[in-house]
Amino acid sequence: MSAGAPQRKWRVATVSLAGCFGCHMAFLDLDERLLALIERVEFDRSPLTDLKTVGPCDIGLVEGGLCNAENVHVLRAFRAQCKTLVAVGACAITGGLPAQRNHLRIDDVLRAVYQQRPGLAAGAAVPDDPELPLPLNRVHPIHEVVHVDHSLPGCPPPADAFWALLTDLMAGRTPRLGPGLIHYD
Amino acid sequence: MNDPGPRFSLDGEDVPFRPGETVLEAATRAGRHIPHLCWHRGFAPHGSCRLCMVAVGGRLVAACSTAAEPGAELTLHSEALARERRTLLQLLFVEGNHFCPSCEQSGSCRLQAEACEAGMLGPHFEELYPARPVDASHPDLLLDTNRCILCGLCVRASAQVDGKAVFALGGRGLGTHLVVGSASGRLADTDLAADDLAARICPVGALLPKRRGFAVPIGQRRYDRVPISAQPEPDDGLAPGAVPPAGAEAGR
Repeated sequence: MSAGAPQRKWRVATVSLAGCFGCHMAFLDLDERLLALIERVEFDRSPLTDLKTVGPCDIGLVEGGLCNAENVHVLRAFRAQCKTLVAVGACAITGGLPAQRNHLRIDDVLRAVYQQRPGLAAGAAVPDDPELPLPLNRVHPIHEVVHVDHSLPGCPPPADAFWALLTDLMAGRTPRLGPGLIHYD
Repeated sequence: MNDPGPRFSLDGEDVPFRPGETVLEAATRAGRHIPHLCWHRGFAPHGSCRLCMVAVGGRLVAACSTAAEPGAELTLHSEALARERRTLLQLLFVEGNHFCPSCEQSGSCRLQAEACEAGMLGPHFEELYPARPVDASHPDLLLDTNRCILCGLCVRASAQVDGKAVFALGGRGLGTHLVVGSASGRLADTDLAADDLAARICPVGALLPKRRGFAVPIGQRRYDRVPISAQPEPDDGLAPGAVPPAGAEAGR
């Protein structure tokens, strides 16, 4: 890095929608490379900062698909604020594990879990607190709702894939995943 | 007087062929990998997956069902063909429920391996999420039609090699589906056996042996280290051209 004026840091936001945070854990597998990374980036909304809203960013990394209305609001905010939006992992790209409920009716699923399962307390009902986001009829991958610029496949994507994507973007290159960095499991 | 025999050119490299061979047969024998899913060297071509398409004279043809011609100049690898191949693979993925993270065949799956090789990063299209049945009735085999790509290999193997005709393809268009040939429609009520070729030939994870599970660790599976294009055709004991074109598939 040049010894001249300090470079502007890249602003990066990350979120897990209908995901398991496994992609975020894989991101942390960058290990000591995280130290090099934070010389170049600062985090906006992310589990790493615990900020609750997303501001203007260069890169948004979205883990998980869309299973409820709140997921859709957060995704749209990310799209509006991030110059480059990246779908990270199988769930963001294909719906993934949560989408395995898509051939079932959501009301049947909720009743089976909260009302009909053995061992529930008497009078158990499907939660309907107004603060709970409403589930969608089907789980969707994020490209069905907003434009996605890049995708990192994998369950989770390997840390090397995160590294390749971020270093390519910060070098002004179109990201390319080299041999062995594309897998779907 | 050493006649090298007839040849065609594939991406500028000469490929020798024997009279009567298709482009895909000759290329495979020469050690060249042309992506394919529904073709098997033991059977007559099916021509349904279209993954093996090559460009000749500005047209796209399926290499599995195109006769090799002396002097023909074929293109397998170009930016345009790579895009077409990715699109075909994306359509195959969104038409079924290909949830790789939970599939025992992951890492040894031809569909997955070809898609990785083609650089497919996502489905691009809207996911259909079709409702498809799983048949776990057979004591030794699991049939998960969520993963079926309708290549017809089990249909051909069962009818033409095993002599049982356990499977057929029924329906049309998006409604095309694998049919199990028993009165109940259950796999348990057929005479399919685990060592039948039909039970071993599935290129994806639709027809799998039970009690194998995730026996091979991630990192050591068939396509984990070496891409599908750099590997020989899997050997399942069926010689090239073992089963001649027959009327066994009348009606399709």
